[in-house]
Amino acid sequence: MKLLVCISHVPDTTSKINFTEGDTKFDTTGVQFVINPNDEFGLTRAMWFKEKQNATVDVISVGGAETEPTLRKALAIGADAAIRVNAEATDGQSVATYLAAAAKEGQYDLIIAGRESIDYNGGMVPGMLAAMLDANFVTNCISLEIDGTKATAIREIDGGKETISTVLPLVIGGQKGLVEESDLRIPNMRGIMMARKKPLTVIETATETSETHSVSFEKPAPRGAVKLVEADNIDELINLLHNEAKVI
Amino acid sequence: MPVLVYTESDQGKFKKAALEVASYGKAVAEAMGTSLTALTFKVSDASELGNYGVDKVLNINSTNTFNAKIYADAIKQAAEKENATVVILSASADSRYLAPLVSVGLSAAYVPNVVATPSNLSPFTVKRTAFTNKAFCNTELSTAIKIIGVSNNSFGLIENKAAAHIEEFSPSLATSSTSVTSTDKASDKVTIADAEIVVSAGRGLKGPENWGMIEELADVLGAATACSKPVSDLGWRSHSEHVGQTGKPVAANLYIAIGISGAIQHLAGINSSKIKVVINTDPEAPFFKAADYGIVGDAFEVVPKLIEKLKVFKAQNA
Repeated sequence: MKLLVCISHVPDTTSKINFTEGDTKFDTTGVQFVINPNDEFGLTRAMWFKEKQNATVDVISVGGAETEPTLRKALAIGADAAIRVNAEATDGQSVATYLAAAAKEGQYDLIIAGRESIDYNGGMVPGMLAAMLDANFVTNCISLEIDGTKATAIREIDGGKETISTVLPLVIGGQKGLVEESDLRIPNMRGIMMARKKPLTVIETATETSETHSVSFEKPAPRGAVKLVEADNIDELINLLHNEAKVI
Repeated sequence: MPVLVYTESDQGKFKKAALEVASYGKAVAEAMGTSLTALTFKVSDASELGNYGVDKVLNINSTNTFNAKIYADAIKQAAEKENATVVILSASADSRYLAPLVSVGLSAAYVPNVVATPSNLSPFTVKRTAFTNKAFCNTELSTAIKIIGVSNNSFGLIENKAAAHIEEFSPSLATSSTSVTSTDKASDKVTIADAEIVVSAGRGLKGPENWGMIEELADVLGAATACSKPVSDLGWRSHSEHVGQTGKPVAANLYIAIGISGAIQHLAGINSSKIKVVINTDPEAPFFKAADYGIVGDAFEVVPKLIEKLKVFKAQNA
């Protein structure tokens, strides 16, 4: 089984979010970038398929040379080879287009992406990729088993979950549940050394036209200080929620 | 060239998010000087949509259960039939599953997490959340057809009388090699996605046996229940209740956090809720910096009193 894991290179959750150039660009100064958490659950599940079902696992990312440490980390965790599409990730649709071209080339049976990235939270790349490849698609996926060309996935729905039966080729929008947080792997020294020797292929490509354009960013208005209510004055809390906040 | 909204239903009953996208769609249609069409599946009485500005309803009766590929194809064909230039969906799990597929099918730009009506129609510009609710991004859509995903509770329900003329729609739909084999869903509970109020609790509750008062509080408020990540990791509550960055996002009008310290990953997921209340014994808990109202106190004393007082309040304001 040939498996591709899509990796988004995103600011760590604890990053301060600021903008530059007249609030038109994200300010990366001092920002630590990591593997998108939803992608990391998928990558870890992919390692299980590699170890138990002899899958080969490639990882792919769209971005400049600055994203390579993130791909090397994925190699250190255990992926076999990495692909970097040398292009700016401007929106979900252009990223999906770049990924689809590389995925067609590689003839993958299973592609796992995160259900959404933690920077733009669009949740659009896996679905668009599936539609472009005419592959089956399950998102918000919390469990995945493969048996030959058959796949059984569990999708989180509003208020519960559903079990889905489908066939390869398949694109997954993965999240926590594919593996648990305690299953995530921290690369060890041997993994890091081996990752240096693993292939990282850079694909040059024509620039895709984006269908959307981020014109400007703004930050929410600063929040006022919390209004504290005494624990024995519940009436006051109800009064505030009813008359001031008007939410009950 | 009307606006098309996908109005989701469950057992023939419209979800609250469906009425919200209809309300939003009506505002967009008015700004564009056009009419509003809604697409429904297996709805016998769609007249409720007429209260929220829907002029015409296309109802599909042929499909059985939800299938993303088939439903996305139906939305695409409805948009083509109506010559719609704007297609609007909600932020429900199903709508977010469908929208990227519809986007590719219609070669249409798609922007999710939208929190307001378009600030400009040419170029078509909308405001969406970004960086897990730490910022907003004004985004232009440059394709002929535009797809908008409206964030929960961002627009509200706006009444607007319209005809809601119902037409049966029977397109020839795509086939799919994907099928749902079983569904596990509590039918009598308010879902986090559809809730205006969410009551959430954390490790401060000490054990799953203490959730009775959380469920009672939610019941009094007509709210959904949720929990923090450690609580779902410990198996005290199901993963589907976990809210936060790696769990479900919450965009409620009121979010009540009980015994949750407020880790940055938790706050990232609930940030777009309008009013936040925190109840915690520790006055230094980070949640107090993110909340609108707070009580420093023991949940086991505060929550039962809150339930009692709310029952009185509800009885007086019924």
